Amino acid sequence: MKIHLHVNGKAHALELDPDMPLLWALRDHVGLTGTKYGCGQALCGACVVHLDGEAVRSCVTPVSRADGRAVVTIEGLSPDGSHPLQKAWVELAVPQCGFCQAGQIMTAAALLKKNPQPSEVDIDTSMAGNLCRCGTYLRIRAAIERAVAEKGKGG
Amino acid sequence: MTARSGPPILLLRRTFLAGLGGALTGLALGSRVGVAGPALPPAVDEAVKAEAAAEGAGLRPNLFVHVTPNGGVTIACARAEMGQGVRSSLPVLIADELGADMRRVEVVQAPGDPAYGDQNTDGSHSVRGFYDALRKLGACARMMLIAAAAVRWRVPASTCEAHDHAVHHPATGRSLGFGELAIAAAKLPVPQDILLRPRVELLHVGKELPLLDGPDIVTGRAIFGADVRLPGMLTAVIARPPVVGGRATQHDASKTLAVPGVRHVVPLPAPQPPFAFQPLGGVAVVADDTWSALRGRARLEVTWAPGANGDYDSSEYCEVLLAAVSAPGHVVREVGDVVRALGSASKRVEATYHVPHLAHAAMEPPVAVVRFDGQKCEVWAATQNPQAARKEVARALDIAPDQVTVNVTLLGGAFGRKSKPDYVVEAALLAKATGSPVRVQWTREDDIQHDYYHTVSTQRLEAGLDEVGKVVAWRHRTAFPPIGSTFTDTTLSVPGELQQGVLDVPLAIANVRAENCEARAHTRIGWLRSVANIYHAFAVQSFIAEIAHARGSDPRETLLEIIGPPRLVGLEELGVQSLPNYDQPLAEHPIDTGRHRRVIERVTDMARWSDREQRNRALGLAVHRSFLTYVASVVSVIRDPEGRLVVDEVWTSLDAGTLVNRERVRSQFEGAVIFALGHALYGEITMKGGATVQSNFRDYRLMRIGEAPRAIHLDIVDSDGPSGGAGEPGVPPVAPALANAIFALTGQRVRELPIARSLKV
Repeated sequence: MKIHLHVNGKAHALELDPDMPLLWALRDHVGLTGTKYGCGQALCGACVVHLDGEAVRSCVTPVSRADGRAVVTIEGLSPDGSHPLQKAWVELAVPQCGFCQAGQIMTAAALLKKNPQPSEVDIDTSMAGNLCRCGTYLRIRAAIERAVAEKGKGG
Repeated sequence: MTARSGPPILLLRRTFLAGLGGALTGLALGSRVGVAGPALPPAVDEAVKAEAAAEGAGLRPNLFVHVTPNGGVTIACARAEMGQGVRSSLPVLIADELGADMRRVEVVQAPGDPAYGDQNTDGSHSVRGFYDALRKLGACARMMLIAAAAVRWRVPASTCEAHDHAVHHPATGRSLGFGELAIAAAKLPVPQDILLRPRVELLHVGKELPLLDGPDIVTGRAIFGADVRLPGMLTAVIARPPVVGGRATQHDASKTLAVPGVRHVVPLPAPQPPFAFQPLGGVAVVADDTWSALRGRARLEVTWAPGANGDYDSSEYCEVLLAAVSAPGHVVREVGDVVRALGSASKRVEATYHVPHLAHAAMEPPVAVVRFDGQKCEVWAATQNPQAARKEVARALDIAPDQVTVNVTLLGGAFGRKSKPDYVVEAALLAKATGSPVRVQWTREDDIQHDYYHTVSTQRLEAGLDEVGKVVAWRHRTAFPPIGSTFTDTTLSVPGELQQGVLDVPLAIANVRAENCEARAHTRIGWLRSVANIYHAFAVQSFIAEIAHARGSDPRETLLEIIGPPRLVGLEELGVQSLPNYDQPLAEHPIDTGRHRRVIERVTDMARWSDREQRNRALGLAVHRSFLTYVASVVSVIRDPEGRLVVDEVWTSLDAGTLVNRERVRSQFEGAVIFALGHALYGEITMKGGATVQSNFRDYRLMRIGEAPRAIHLDIVDSDGPSGGAGEPGVPPVAPALANAIFALTGQRVRELPIARSLKV
């Protein structure tokens, strides 16, 4: 089936199995490897991308569902790594192995879009689906709070 | 920031950090993931080739340092980056000795080659194993640059100094940049007697250093194992025997081959025991892309013969371990006469502890890419152990190891799993069988069900108290299938495992005996972050708190009393013939109870131990020395409104000797708390019919953000002593501190992990 994907502002027309998860379409056919495979069952959040602005788990999202819609991956979150979350992530040295962090940031970005002033509980609730085996959770919380504070300053 | 576009992104991509803010500002390192030099990919363009040739010029006194005529400094990192921050740490030792401007330093990841020394990145020894060696490599380059400047200026080398990326002659105010000296320096002899800088001149070592790969990670550009793309590459997933040692007796691939995109179905040879680093066998489905391979595997019909481990049941096996510790084992540590002292004690305390199998479950499942042209083989793999990967691949392909290049990607977590290159060998066999470059992708189910598991263990501890409550006897029996069983037919654990919380525990007790009880493995056993320390520290530190309760005293006071006064504890006092001591001489890294006591005192001060009696909250304490680092943790537990036990805060004091990158040390100890809490609360792998019951994060539960403590407070003892480890030592004290806190809060003693088995968490 011909699938039209708009990924990070760029159009792709691909001949794909409509059931193929968006994750594999992005990684194997669009050539964007920033979105990660961690579980394949919507259990870990490493594969989170934005579909029309909503955070979705690309490992269980059939590519047909993304047909004609706008997909944003970690590579397209900002042109140069300048999204407040990306900056906060680097400043607080959040990543350890780094593998889950694209999904963490994309989930957090969707949260902040909906809820620019999240409480601690909001953060924990929204980020509950994103696993980090290295255990960077406390810095993830702190980085989201920092990004919120920086935005509040107009930065 | 600059980034080269075009296909050879993996091998030669380069990024420079820009605009770091906050506390980390001041040091920027460039990064380049991939191979250092040889084997450019076929798609490489002419400009890249020309630059590669230009980069070959300049000063290259050893494999690790390269100063180019344009002033670039390239430093090889030969240890694998799995999140411990080695790429952000080790190169700084070279750069500081050199006197380099960190903004002009680029780090390249070395391929697997014995010429780089030990590259098996495990055992928390990257810093202690390379601290002096890397300094010497940097100092050697500095001495050659200085010598070149001295010749140019006709002055004695001793009147010159190197800093800020240049050599200076203070007497005359002259300076020459490293780049201007590189070609001349390269013509000079490599000095044999290397002069290290005084420690104070190492400007960055020991400080909070920025994360080299941070900007690439947060923008999705960092290259992990699964991100490698080669022209014509196929993707494979493998149906492996559910039971270790089992094999496929027959398979029907007709439905698989009907899946569009599936190219090959390849049966793999069944391994012969000992399983070591051999692939597990099974049937591989090789396809144009991952989805086709997964669909193809789902349609594969395989009949499995379970083999010798087909009746392994981990819950029944608990009874076997219990029986093992109920009888005397091999005495491995003895002081005094423990049998008599237990017999004549006024009071006896006894307890049995059980810790289940655990899986590593790194966020990136194992993955490797291999290209093989019939003679030469090139590997890209998320591996902790590229030299072992090289050796095993060479063996599997029947070629010489020097025909195999192993490029190391970022690891996506490892925790010991990725020291075993079975998955790399799978990719090599499939590249050979198909004639195409092949990426083997493990699914999460593959990862959870075919791990080299953390062993399962049971321990029995007995103490005898005299009439005033003083501990006069201590017997510790430990039974666990040893790691050695993966490599040879053995049921006996070795000093390398027993030193981790049995042989090395300081005990100011007159009669001590430790016994090693044999246990047979029925699955692949491997090492997992902090290894045998996990279960031994859990038992020993829980038991000391049980003794405190039995005699009605403060657990902290009891712990300090059992450790005894500050002193160096030698072999005689331990009651052992020898101690591996993490491959370091005891003279250099003694067992120093003063350091145990100090971290206990500091952590309990920080956590306000004396105020621990509070409603609806309780504290637990534990201390443990592992990988030559001393760590004490306090855990606070509360009950939430639904009656669940929740970890509220954790305090850790650590003494790891000299640090290289204080920030990555902090991050390792923060992460260790989460890692250990997750295991203690929920972590459990069980087996039935020889096969692993759990398959994904649904049933192999890890800690999630909402379950993480509200705060982790770290306290680092300032030290210029020899370096201990940082990646693993944070783990062992956390589980017993948690169990001790739960006892203090609820009166229920956890002797079996995970805690979720018996309590509402």
